[in-house]
Amino acid sequence: MAMALPLAYASSVVHPFEAGRLSFSTKATKHKKQIYQFRNVTKVLAYYGLTNPPYKLDALEPYMSRRTLELHWGNIHRGYSDSLNKQLANSPLYGCTMEELIKTTFNNGNPLPEYNNAAEVWNHDFFWESMQPNGGRLPWGGVLDQIEKDFGSFSNFRDEFVHSAMMLFGSGWVWLVLKTNERRLSIVRTSNALCPLVWGDIPIISLDMWEHAYYLDYKDDVSKYVNNFMDHLISWHSATARMVRAEAFVNLGEPKIPVA
Amino acid sequence: MSLRTLFTKKALTRASGLGPLAAAAGDRGLGLGLGQARGLTAASLPDLPYDYGALEPAISGEIMRLHHQRHHQAYVTNYNNALEQLEAAVAKGDAPAVVRLQGAIKFNGGGHINHSIFWNNLKPVKASGGEPPHSALGWAIDTDFGSLEALVQKMNAEGAALQGSGWVWLALDKGSKKLSVETTANQDPLVTKGLHMVPLLGIDVWEHAYYLQYKNVRPDYLKNIWDVINWKYASEVYEKETA
Repeated sequence: MAMALPLAYASSVVHPFEAGRLSFSTKATKHKKQIYQFRNVTKVLAYYGLTNPPYKLDALEPYMSRRTLELHWGNIHRGYSDSLNKQLANSPLYGCTMEELIKTTFNNGNPLPEYNNAAEVWNHDFFWESMQPNGGRLPWGGVLDQIEKDFGSFSNFRDEFVHSAMMLFGSGWVWLVLKTNERRLSIVRTSNALCPLVWGDIPIISLDMWEHAYYLDYKDDVSKYVNNFMDHLISWHSATARMVRAEAFVNLGEPKIPVA
Repeated sequence: MSLRTLFTKKALTRASGLGPLAAAAGDRGLGLGLGQARGLTAASLPDLPYDYGALEPAISGEIMRLHHQRHHQAYVTNYNNALEQLEAAVAKGDAPAVVRLQGAIKFNGGGHINHSIFWNNLKPVKASGGEPPHSALGWAIDTDFGSLEALVQKMNAEGAALQGSGWVWLALDKGSKKLSVETTANQDPLVTKGLHMVPLLGIDVWEHAYYLQYKNVRPDYLKNIWDVINWKYASEVYEKETA
């Protein structure tokens, strides 16, 4: 995942206590001003590096072509990352993890200009990791149990996921999320760059339904794209790891302790 | 299909008053059955007034074919389905169903409206596509935007900046007779921006409109599409609304 790294340490930050003292004597102020003028004034900046997908760009063939990944990751994802860093160069936002940055810039529904880029960078990172070569088929263990508990059966879940993807009007994403308040898995559809993190929910799997994600490979055959994702691309390994982490934040119930 | 049945079908549709667009669609075998069964309420896919490849190199023939035969057709089909379901729900008095269907009607109906306008907004270069507007519309553009270049730049900027999917419009306010540049999201028609807004030109900035050819470089698509914009149609609409 992308991390915030300070690009340079500030050498011109004035401690609030000192700031008051600067005005006490004009001679001292002028002297201090001279010092600051001759220093190389560097600013602290937040910067998020573009991470690679955890597989080679042709690893998802034939369900997602190398060309699609080259454009989707190399141009579009990279574009969001570059735009975000450009915005952060002139922004006071610093010291956030990606997830914190998204929640902060979402600003409770009145998003700041950095929100779109930040959310899209994170969304795409999450999406690459939601897929794997030789993916698809069935989950196992705790994830399967939770899906069966919350959807009735895996095929119910699969149908609902595909249906939700087909009913998306416009650009957006389909998510399998763990709802923190309701303490259950749920399928959520968001528009454009909206991410369930902003509601405090924990995403487990995502599917990019923007046209750029499938148009080169499937043209307008959305159903084939979604079904291929479910059958061949979805990474239940990632889902399991994310569920394990999510259970540290959400109490999914008492474990079944066998009676001796 | 024999020539005779073709002529008969054409005569039938003309006689039933569905108009040339529906008749043309009837020739292609699209939407004819619905049109005859349900009268004027069914939508049908309008024919393109030019070949799929006629707008090259600004827009590729492959994109035009998919855009028209697949995307627009899907909007028409789903809009008709939604209308049928709406009729049934209204007849039954099923208010939740009526409300639930509004999303599908807005999206697919909007898609049908917008794309029908869009095909008329484009014209092959050979048929004077891209030729700048003169007389009334030309003067109005100079008054409201300064120059045609300024308008093009504004529309391109707003089109490129649009997040996700949508349309960028050159709109005429019927009340104040002023031109403006508007954007709508997804398939929202221009009227959602104002009941007095009339679309003169619309540019589809959904990715399906350009991705196969321009990949993610939407600004290139916006720069090139002006070569095939049908200003004559825009002028006609303008003069009709400001008469």
